[in-house]
This record gives sequence, structure tokens and C-alpha cells, in this order.
Amino acid sequence: MIEINNISKSFKGKQILFDISGTFHKGKNNLIIGASGTGKSVLLKNIVGLINPDQGDVKYDNRSFINGSKQDRKQIRREIGMLFQGGALFDSKNIEENVKFPLDVLTDMPEDEKIDRVNFCLERVGLVNINKKMPSEISGGMKKRVGIARAIVNKPNYLFCDEPNSGLDPQTGIKIDNLIKEITAEYLITTIVVTHDMNSVIEMGDHIMFLLEGKKLWEGANDQITKSDLKELNDFVFATKLMKEMYLR
Amino acid sequence: MRSLGKYVIFMGSLFTRRETFSTYISLITQECINVGYNSLFIVGIVSIFMGAVTTIQTAFNLVNPFIPDYVISLVVRDMAILELSPTIIAIIFAGKVGSSIAGELGTMRITEQIDALEVMGINASSYLVLPKVIACVIMYPMLVILSIFLILLGGYLAGTLTGILTSVDYLYGIRYEFIAFNITFAVIKALVFSFLIASISSYKGFFTTGGSLEVGKASTSAVTNSCIAVLLADYALAQLLMG
Ligand SMILES: Nc1ncnc2c1ncn2[C@@H]1O[C@H](COP(=O)(O)OP(=O)(O)OP(=O)(O)O)[C@@H](O)[C@H]1O
Ligand SMILES: [Mg+2]
Repeated sequence: MIEINNISKSFKGKQILFDISGTFHKGKNNLIIGASGTGKSVLLKNIVGLINPDQGDVKYDNRSFINGSKQDRKQIRREIGMLFQGGALFDSKNIEENVKFPLDVLTDMPEDEKIDRVNFCLERVGLVNINKKMPSEISGGMKKRVGIARAIVNKPNYLFCDEPNSGLDPQTGIKIDNLIKEITAEYLITTIVVTHDMNSVIEMGDHIMFLLEGKKLWEGANDQITKSDLKELNDFVFATKLMKEMYLR
Repeated sequence: MRSLGKYVIFMGSLFTRRETFSTYISLITQECINVGYNSLFIVGIVSIFMGAVTTIQTAFNLVNPFIPDYVISLVVRDMAILELSPTIIAIIFAGKVGSSIAGELGTMRITEQIDALEVMGINASSYLVLPKVIACVIMYPMLVILSIFLILLGGYLAGTLTGILTSVDYLYGIRYEFIAFNITFAVIKALVFSFLIASISSYKGFFTTGGSLEVGKASTSAVTNSCIAVLLADYALAQLLMG
């Protein structure tokens, strides 16, 4: 479980996040949704410690990440896996080395055990026989899957995904969503996914937080999102004709 | 001024929260191959030609029959050791290695590879930048020594093959009143220049924001700023150590 309390952040005098609080549960897919530029990525970066908030705290299972001891912070980092928007694979390393990297730097596992674990994770995301390929030699969807394999290789308790299916065709996008959903349930991970794709929201969101211009406007369960009276939320949810037809009949 | 302060803080961050020693050894080895071995060709070609051209032009300017031939190779030697090798090759080094460092780090920044390292708790600046700086500081002085040798070789070939001076005169000239400190001076320059090039280029690349356009700009500005820093340092060192 991850709790965030009163997170605020400004860049150069311009406030991006306004006093955001919320709870993200274990074994669930927690979604942060909202229009482009509302601060979803900035919030996620605050949670994983890539940006320090001006105010507020982040707690990982009651351990403070922002105000906690150096030791706690280090331990929490070991339990985090993150999938970046473009995969963020290391260009100079092949697929196997990429996935193995967290094990190299965070554990002292013997080499053959590492390789076994890497192969297990690559298989888990449906990629076999590409160990020696370089990131430039595989497709965008494959990069995302390698990114997921790298994120889960060290058995994280917390998984973060920034727009896991952006830039992919709908079918591949759904595959990635399902993969994240399955992995979350299978290993009881606390997962936070940032997205603006309504399809993902309906398909994989257990708990949803809606942001608008840096403020949390709504939070609730998947089946409630289409039933809210909040105008801003409805504008976002029913932006496409398809969504309107599905729910407003 | 502001960016100078940021640069100093950045340099400090290279030495904090480091990885294990053995990690660095393998990273540095890899970078030495990148910056040293891969620069051999360009440094070699440029040096041989600079030697040849300097010899021919010096000979062309020294038409006075009272000046002995060996002065030509003496001039080539001093120019090579004092200026051509450490400084001119530094400009080439900035163009080749500096731009590639800035490009690589800039790309890693905009594709979130640096964020990925930081999420894992790695100090990305020391993990990525320190090996590059150390590798440059190790390899560049060696390239300079090699370049001095190749300039003298280029001069020898051009001088003897075109009949400007005899091989005996040439060899006499390059040994005539040789000052050993000049070599030390060249190495000191090489150490300073390579540190400047590597650190400035890393700084420019590491703090890239935006997209591929900005990566290109970071590369260009890495080369420009490195060259300016090298020339300023060249002047300062000449004042300090010679004057
Ligand atoms: N490092 C930074 N410095 C200054 N401003 C920033 C920085 N990072 C983000 N911003 C600003 O914060 C705002 C929110 O950006 P953010 O990337 O969080 O949007 P987002 O909700 O993730 O949008 P998208 O869906 O397009 O990814 C933007 O206006 C952006 O310009
Ligand atoms: Mg974003």
C-alpha cells in the first residue's frame, strides 16, 4: 500500500501539483488519469523520488520515503520497479543485460541464477530468443515488454507505469495492459499506472484517481467512473463518441 | 555564472554515492576503448599531415642560406610539443569525443534512461560521467604523446622525400637543445584539456531537456564550449608555466 499526503510541487514559481492525497492498494491496479499536461507524470515522479515535492509525504507500507532515513529510502528503492513511457532501455546493452541490470546493481545473486531469472521474466512477458538483440533491433511494443520484464525482475512490491500503451496499436496496447493486470494480481504488487487511455481505464483500472490542472478532482472504483455527476470527469470520460454510445444509451 | 555554479555542483556529485570499485573498473575500461582506441585513426592522420605541412612550410619560410637546415626540424619539434599536439589535437578531440559524450548523455536523458538509473538508486552522474572523465584523462595524454611522435614522423617523411633536408639534418635538429620539461608541459596541458573537454561535454549532455533537436544543440554547444575552455586554459597555462 502506498499513501501520499498533501503533495504540492511548483516549477519556477508555477504550481503544477496542488495538495494531492490518496491511497493506492496492494494487489490492485491504481490508475492516475487526466488530460495531457495536468501533472500526472510529475506526480508519479514525486512518488518514486525522481522529483522531491515542495510539500507532503509519500509512505510505502508505512515507511516514509520523503522524510524517512537514508536506509529506508534505499530499501524502498530496491522494492520499486518502473516502466517508462518509451521503455527507457539502455541503448548500449542487449536485451538480456538490460533485464539483468537491476539484479547486477541491487543484489549479489550468482550469475547463473540471474540468467535464469532474466529468462523467466522474458518468458513471462512473452519474449523468447531475443536475449542477444539490441534495443534498436526490436519494435516499440517489444521494448515496452522488455521494460516490464526489467521492472519485475527484482520481484518488486511496487510497480509504476507511465503510459504503458501510448504509441502502440490498440491490440498491442491491450496486451500490455493485461500483462500488467495479471502480474499485479499474481505477485500482489501495488501498481500505479498513469494513463489517458479510457480503454485501459475500463479494462484494467481497479481504483482510479482523476487529476485536472494539478488538482485531484475525483477518486473511486472502476464501476463508478461512468456514474459520476462531476462535469469535468464526464467531459474526460465521454470525450469519444464510442464511450458515449456505450454508456449513455 | 549560474551555469558555472551548476557545473561545480555537478562535478561534486560525481564523487558522491558511488558504486563498487570493480563496477568502475569495467566501465572505465569500456570508455577507454571508446575515447582512446577509436580516436587513433583521426589523431594519426591529422598528426602525420600536420607534421608534413609544418615541415614544408617552415622550409619555405627559411630561405636564408645562413640558417642551417636542421633548424627546420627543430622548429617542427617545438611546435609539435608545445602547441600542435596538445592544443590542436584537443580541438579535434573535442569535436570527436566531446560531441559523442554530449550526444550519448543527452539521448539517455530525453529517453528517460537516466531516470531509470536513478529509480534503481544509482547516482547517474557518477555512474555515467565519472568513467568518461577518467577515461579521457587517462587516454588523451597518451594520444598526445603518440601525436608528437607522428608529427615528427610526418615531418621526416615530407622533409626527406621532397629533398628539403637530409635525414641526418632532420634527426640532428629534433635532438638539438631538447628541453625535457616541454614534454612534461605537454602532458600537463593534455591532462587539463581532457578534463575540461570530458566534463564540459558531460555537463551539457546530462542536463539536456526536450527532444532530439536539443540533443543536437547540446552536442554543438559541448564542442564550442570545450574549445573555448581549452584555448583559455592554454593561454593561462602558458602564462603560468612558461612566463
Ligand atoms: N522538470 C520540469 N520543469 C518545469 N516544468 C515541468 C517539468 N516537468 C513538467 N513540467 C510541467 O508540468 C506540467 C505537467 O506535466 P506532466 O508531464 O506531468 O503532464 P502529464 O499529465 O504527464 O501529461 P501527458 O499526458 O502529456 O504526459 C506541464 O505543464 C509541464 O510543462
Ligand atoms: Mg506524462
